Amino acid sequence: MNQRKPEISKGIDWLLVWLYIILVSIGIMSIFAATYHEGDPVIQTFLSLKTDYSRQTLYFGIGGVLAVFILLTDSKFFTATANLWYAFGIGLMLLVFPFHTDVKGTQSIIRFGGFQLQPAELCKVFVNLALAKYLSRVETNFSDTRAQLIAAAIAVFPALLSILQHETGLALVYFSFFLVMFREGLPAAILIIGFSLAVLVVATLVVDPNTLAIVLTIIAGAAIFILRRQIKRKRRLLFMIAGIWFVCVGIQRFAVPYVFDKVLQPYQVKRIYDTIGKDYVPKNASEILEIEQKAGKKTKEDGDYNVKQSKIAIGSGGLVGKGLLKGTQTRYDFVPEQRTDFIFCTIGEGFGFLGSFALLGIYFLLLMRIISIAERQRSVFSRCYAYGVASVLFFHITINICMTIGLAPVIGIPLPFISYGGTALLTFTILLFILIRLDADRQMVLR
Amino acid sequence: MSVFNQSRSTIIRLIIAGIFLLIVAQLVNLQLFSNKYKALALNNAVYPKVKYPDRGIIYDRKGKAILNNTIMYDLEVTPSQIKGVDTNYLCQLLEIDTIEFKKRVVNAIVKNGRYRPSIFEDLLAPLVHARLEENIYKFPGFSLVERPVRTYPFQAAAHIMGYIGEADSAIIKRSENFYRLGDFVGRSGLEQFYEPVLMGKRGVEYMIKDNKNRLVGKYENGQFDTAAIAGRNLRTYIDIEVQQLAEKLMRGKVGAVVAIEPKTGGIIAMTSGPNFDPNLLTGPDKQKNFNKLFLDVSSPLLNRAIKGQYPPGSTYKPLGALVGLDEGVLTSASGIGCAGAYYGCRRPVKCTEKFAGHAANLRLAIAWSCNSFFSNAFRLAIDNPKFKDSREGLTRWHDYLSRFDLGHRTGIDLPSEDGGNVPDTAAYDKEYNRSWNSCTMVTIGIGQDKLLVTPLQMANAVCIVANKGYFYTPHFVDKIDGETKNDTLLNKYRRKNEVLTHIADADFETVISGMQDVVDIGTARVAKIPGINVCAKTGTAENYRMIDGVRTKLKDNSMFVCFAPRENPKIAIAVVVENAGFGATWAGPIAALMMEKYLNDTLRTERLKEVERISNADLLPGYLVREQYKQDSIRAYNWFKMTKDTSVIKRFLRKSVPKPEEVKPLNPVQPKEPVGRVTRLSPEAILPGRQKIVSNSNTYQA
Repeated sequence: MNQRKPEISKGIDWLLVWLYIILVSIGIMSIFAATYHEGDPVIQTFLSLKTDYSRQTLYFGIGGVLAVFILLTDSKFFTATANLWYAFGIGLMLLVFPFHTDVKGTQSIIRFGGFQLQPAELCKVFVNLALAKYLSRVETNFSDTRAQLIAAAIAVFPALLSILQHETGLALVYFSFFLVMFREGLPAAILIIGFSLAVLVVATLVVDPNTLAIVLTIIAGAAIFILRRQIKRKRRLLFMIAGIWFVCVGIQRFAVPYVFDKVLQPYQVKRIYDTIGKDYVPKNASEILEIEQKAGKKTKEDGDYNVKQSKIAIGSGGLVGKGLLKGTQTRYDFVPEQRTDFIFCTIGEGFGFLGSFALLGIYFLLLMRIISIAERQRSVFSRCYAYGVASVLFFHITINICMTIGLAPVIGIPLPFISYGGTALLTFTILLFILIRLDADRQMVLR
Repeated sequence: MSVFNQSRSTIIRLIIAGIFLLIVAQLVNLQLFSNKYKALALNNAVYPKVKYPDRGIIYDRKGKAILNNTIMYDLEVTPSQIKGVDTNYLCQLLEIDTIEFKKRVVNAIVKNGRYRPSIFEDLLAPLVHARLEENIYKFPGFSLVERPVRTYPFQAAAHIMGYIGEADSAIIKRSENFYRLGDFVGRSGLEQFYEPVLMGKRGVEYMIKDNKNRLVGKYENGQFDTAAIAGRNLRTYIDIEVQQLAEKLMRGKVGAVVAIEPKTGGIIAMTSGPNFDPNLLTGPDKQKNFNKLFLDVSSPLLNRAIKGQYPPGSTYKPLGALVGLDEGVLTSASGIGCAGAYYGCRRPVKCTEKFAGHAANLRLAIAWSCNSFFSNAFRLAIDNPKFKDSREGLTRWHDYLSRFDLGHRTGIDLPSEDGGNVPDTAAYDKEYNRSWNSCTMVTIGIGQDKLLVTPLQMANAVCIVANKGYFYTPHFVDKIDGETKNDTLLNKYRRKNEVLTHIADADFETVISGMQDVVDIGTARVAKIPGINVCAKTGTAENYRMIDGVRTKLKDNSMFVCFAPRENPKIAIAVVVENAGFGATWAGPIAALMMEKYLNDTLRTERLKEVERISNADLLPGYLVREQYKQDSIRAYNWFKMTKDTSVIKRFLRKSVPKPEEVKPLNPVQPKEPVGRVTRLSPEAILPGRQKIVSNSNTYQA
């Protein structure tokens, strides 16, 4: 089995390849719809690579070449060099600190020549490899807390660097790797606690503090009432409930206000408030100034405006949409950043509910396929890697689309394969094709 | 190991499916169940651009356009496109400095933003436009934009036509938001009265705009656009040549002229002195000219033909005679011996004629305008033994005068008309505590006391006499082009008002004969026209005015009413010239020239000299000069107090204030900027309707 295959196409999952091609094509078409202006000479601008859609096509080509190279590579190469790549990625991210260029408020981009590179974006691949490598080690016992902590550290470390580069959106992506760890045996309680915590934080923001405290107390009381028999037998349960209640109220009363006041940037607070539909009242003039500066640099207009326009664009699409190049919202630049983060608007407006639904269907198919591929791997490395790909894609898709339809705060992360952007497209291409390569060797046990 | 956590794979799949379902649910909510987003998107991207129709044209009775449309040009600027403009050259062409240039560009940005065009200078003078037209390619970001403007080819009929101005919030509210900010609407005159007809129907062109509000093309290829429908034209009774003549004759005079066609009630000419060229209020200097006219104390903007309320003086006498004849207190043979005054009451009423027999019968009394006769006739009518007391007599008399359409608005097709005053019992009850008799108000018999009429009412009353009892409400517009049943504006002008047809024809004949005698042998021999039987009545009304807080008697108002020809009346005229003396001196000749012009379509050559003589006569009352000086100096003082700018007030220092009747009028002084609230008033604030008549009103009493 460690012999090289005479032809690279053997064992390749063509469904994934086709889904990839379809998605990138939809992306190029959407970028075209979002940026084309009537009367532009299509062929001329296309060939001169001056327009975004022609550049995206070029990246598609580069991605294709990269894909072929990846498919030609031996699977063992990835297991063998995973840690090396991780080190390389971290190195790149550290290089950003002295060599970054300020683009739109983030400090995560290195520029050389005409190219921009965002290591935080690229690093996803390396983290995925390293995590898979760590989890697949024979000596790793993932039920051990220490192993869990190390795995978490592998994922979270780049996230911390990313936050330091003012790129919170990308940092959040690294937390999606917890899904991989969950699959590999991270206690379910951690996910449940994480989820409950999220619900509690949202509730804290939406509900009046006193009301929430009363509700929490009632829940605790109800729990004690329901569990009264068990409590009679086990005194500890009562203390546990009391403890949980105490922690919840503490978070609601002190932790969340503290985080919003001291940890988060005012513009981030404002975006979160915008999403849940609350007015954020800045505390002082410097905060107002900061919000304005951030908003101005990030997206030109405040997040609220973006989301409003984006919702209008998608909502006005109706059932079948206005047709390609007919959307007034996207054609006339009402939605800012519509070729990158808000590209979903173009589809929602142009092709309506059916178009959006179809795109979601393609994504769903892609994710399900990746998971089923993951489950058919013999080697843990491949399975972990596949789950990593699924998690990253899932997180990107969810957050990006939810942001455009007003379900999540504005976090600037791209829609996989569709948003304009070279680094993003190439990253996702590499991510996916390494998986395809690994899958082609699914009979092999890689360590 | 791989079997170990297999169930979690399902959980992960379920989580993914759950989140995707949530997204689909929100998409269903946004795209299928919310209609508002479609409307919002349209609102965002589609700009309904209003297409303004051409306003209707107003023609005179011979089909000449009195009021027409023309194109002027505005210079527009799009600030974002100004690059490489030779600012100095442009400023030189526009005759402004670079500071002003910068100020205007900044204003434009503040008003409309960088990407949308704003007006840089409106209504360019023809010369400036010509210079710019040649060079406009040198100024990127600047463009010349057409703008329809009203024009008056005959430079006449300013008061009748009125003017158009931008709709203000009050008008917009009244129209229930039919008009929008920036729309032009008729603000006075026929322009206002016939606004619904003249304005036409606005069209809409749906344009697509982008996020910076730039218009980038037509929406859906213009399939929802509606074309503008031009306003409809008005055909009036005005004879523009007679109108021009009237305006020429009233030059340098305060007063009014109204000429009506008795058979139709159609107004042939109407002017108010002093007058002005309506083109002054359309061109590039319109604001400057408007301020100048507005600050002039002789009130050229005021239409005295419908707003000036004068005691009719002797011109009332034919009406008094008709009332007396119909009531049976007079006959055509009634006479009185008058020796220069009426002594029936405590205070004698003077009469201008003294020779014996000038009031031997009714005809002669009218011809010589005998005050004694008509004072007596009035008292007879009030103290008619038919009635139980003079109270009933006065009520009856009031009723007669109301039928002559006096004491209330006639309902002419101009806005803001005044109604004059016909006193009734209540007025005297109030003033004399219910103890009055016919002597109290005897001078009503000679058209004085509390009796006040507008020149329009006078002309209309003459029409009733000429028509022997009926009249049509005076109006300008004969037909509306393309008139339909829905055009109800003209209905009331086509209804015959048979108010006094019960008076015997013989009585009318008697009075009309008397009026013919006025011209043939009596006081108005100046009004004779060869070959035409003219009937007329002169009037010389006492003229009082508050000057510097003192009620001062000024020179009499010269009044004249007439109609001609007697057999088939084609024109009836009323003329008032304030402060000008006898009716026959100025008012009479003016009416005579107009009648001749209208009836013969031309003036005899020897009469042209007369036209020049009257036209050149400056009869502006002397007190105006003093009044103007007072107002200007007060304004200059306020200006100085506000700005510490001494340039204006200097002119008034160490200079003696002109006394009445001494100095000829100056041009009103113009401060460089509008002063305080005075000139910032909107045009509407000084519309005749809102302004208390300055020159006359309640100061006239005899």
